[in-house]
Amino acid sequence: MRNHVGQEAPPKRPARKRLPTSDWSASWRRFRRRHPRARWILPAFALLLAFSYPWWGLEGPLSAIFNDGLGIDSDTLFNISIYVMLALGLNVVVGYAGLLDLGYVAFFALGAYTLGWFGSGLFAQRDIHFLDTSPARLPGIHLSFWVVVILAGVICAIAGVIIGWPTLRLRGDYLAIVTLGFGEIIPDIFRNGDDIHGFNLTNGVRGVTLMDRPGFGVAVHNATGGVLPDRYNSLELRPWYFTVLVMMAIIIFVNLRLRDSKMGRAWIAVREDEVAASAMGVPLMRTKLWAYAIGAIFGGFAGAIYGSFINGIFPTSFSFQISVIVLVMVIVGGMGNIWGVIAGATLISWLNFTGLDKIGNWINSGIPGSGNDIVIAKYKFGIFGALLVLMMLFRPEGLIPSARRKAEFAEGEGPSEYLYDVGVDEARA
Amino acid sequence: MAENGNILEAIHVRKEFGGLIAVNDVDFAIPRGTIVSLIGPNGAGKTTFFNILTGVYRPTAGGVLFESTPISGLPPHKVTALGMARTFQNIRLFHNMTARENVMVAMHSRIKGGIWRSIFRTPALKREEAEAVARARELLEFSGLRKKDHDFAKNLSYGDQRRLEVARALATEPKLLLLDEPTAGMNPEETANFTTFVAKLREEQKITVLLIEHDMRVVMGISDRVTVLDYGEKIAEGAPKEIQHDERVIEAYLGSGATG
Repeated sequence: MRNHVGQEAPPKRPARKRLPTSDWSASWRRFRRRHPRARWILPAFALLLAFSYPWWGLEGPLSAIFNDGLGIDSDTLFNISIYVMLALGLNVVVGYAGLLDLGYVAFFALGAYTLGWFGSGLFAQRDIHFLDTSPARLPGIHLSFWVVVILAGVICAIAGVIIGWPTLRLRGDYLAIVTLGFGEIIPDIFRNGDDIHGFNLTNGVRGVTLMDRPGFGVAVHNATGGVLPDRYNSLELRPWYFTVLVMMAIIIFVNLRLRDSKMGRAWIAVREDEVAASAMGVPLMRTKLWAYAIGAIFGGFAGAIYGSFINGIFPTSFSFQISVIVLVMVIVGGMGNIWGVIAGATLISWLNFTGLDKIGNWINSGIPGSGNDIVIAKYKFGIFGALLVLMMLFRPEGLIPSARRKAEFAEGEGPSEYLYDVGVDEARA
Repeated sequence: MAENGNILEAIHVRKEFGGLIAVNDVDFAIPRGTIVSLIGPNGAGKTTFFNILTGVYRPTAGGVLFESTPISGLPPHKVTALGMARTFQNIRLFHNMTARENVMVAMHSRIKGGIWRSIFRTPALKREEAEAVARARELLEFSGLRKKDHDFAKNLSYGDQRRLEVARALATEPKLLLLDEPTAGMNPEETANFTTFVAKLREEQKITVLLIEHDMRVVMGISDRVTVLDYGEKIAEGAPKEIQHDERVIEAYLGSGATG
């Protein structure tokens, strides 16, 4: 078919400037388009590095740099991977669907408390055991940890829909404020949930302790020749780390698949222009609720395993700071790009847990006359604030932005703002 | 009502904003397979009326039937699913998506998708996606955007952006296409091309078109029927020839002195 529209018309207006793309990234994109399977090379390599970290980072010659120098010990490693999970979950909400959520910690908390309900001695008057690895005589509800993880996802998804239903009608700033409120309300419910008409739902400020641990049971343990542990313990941290990595891999996989699906396209369209998206047949409410629910599920997964690892959950562990710091990870890394988000989460959580201490030590010992009195970690949030300001000034698209984000910030000529909305009454002027 | 061949009917539609009457008791119908134009001076209530037709506004009184189904108050995505698509007066593309992605978003109500099917990428889903991509390419080519598949919408030229809006609207597989001032900002050559394109739409894709337009050459050139609004009221309706000589229309556009 010959396209007759504008075929021979030379452009009358100056054509919009093309994006400045370096040859390197252009040829990489072309390579990837031609070899669709090649795009798995880099992620697979990164995942391999992460999986093998206990062997090359915690031990061996490189441990002097990674374990001792940078302070990425097994505890920190676990914490970092938890935050990567959280950041990936929030990325669906903020990065894909563009819904600013300042209360994401609520789902992290809810996931942890799900473990409290179904995998601890909290309800001591009950005695329910199901495929669990805890000693049989323990009172309380003890479901298999893997069942609890799934339950945490389901409960968080439902909570996400319930919270989302009234709030997602709001736009931008208003939504952010409401999510902020929910992020405060949910920990508060946990704080005061020890006496709901005489029922102890959350054990209040005393929190829930002695959580069940993941495990595969003795039968599987023996059948696999001891490779899969029957019950995780607090001395051997590798199984914990590997479990989180597997969860993370699942989250990454789901993230990628959804991004390239009908739903993923709808999310981005909603982020770009709600009115147009809805006019093109995208149901706004359902699309946003899905983003919210999927983000919530991932937060719930992270909460469940985190609660088990630290073996105790307290309302104070789930502060507003976590919502903020996870959001900072997503923004610094590169909203909407999984690899950027992972990089941002790794960097920020490392700084948060041991990095700043280590940097403080270097400064104290490395700069003559500085004494030993600079405690950098004291200025943690000041430093994160400054980092955020610097990022916004010099690299607002994030460390590793998606092609889309890059385009967004390379703006200048594209019509980014509309003069008016269809929603705005265009009665006679 | 649809038996008489009207794809869309507006019956005694009235819209008030506070005390202001933007559309006053307008009866309006679009016969299937025609190109109908809606014209009127600035502020005549055209866009308000347009928004009522597309379901964005709920009329204060009266109703709108699309293929005999009442659509007033339906959310826009349901109206789109019924087979009605629109473009925007001020271009509203998804600027940071590619041309192909823009078109594929619009297929939302026509493809199944599904969260689980997407995660596991079942053979059926792969097939569906491949068909969607092929159809997107076809639509882009039909709209004169060959080889622009991977360009970000915002990097397209103005005329191409207008064309992409139409391609996107067509991807919803509409029976009725509503174009809100599609040639605004186009030069005469682009306008002429666009006019042929709209005519081709009707002939090749059997799509009924409602056009809101200022450019009288476009309106008179391709419309089967023209409806004129002024101060929220329908002042004339008929074939282009009749409208051109209608005294009330001339008066509305040029002022009462012009008729004397």
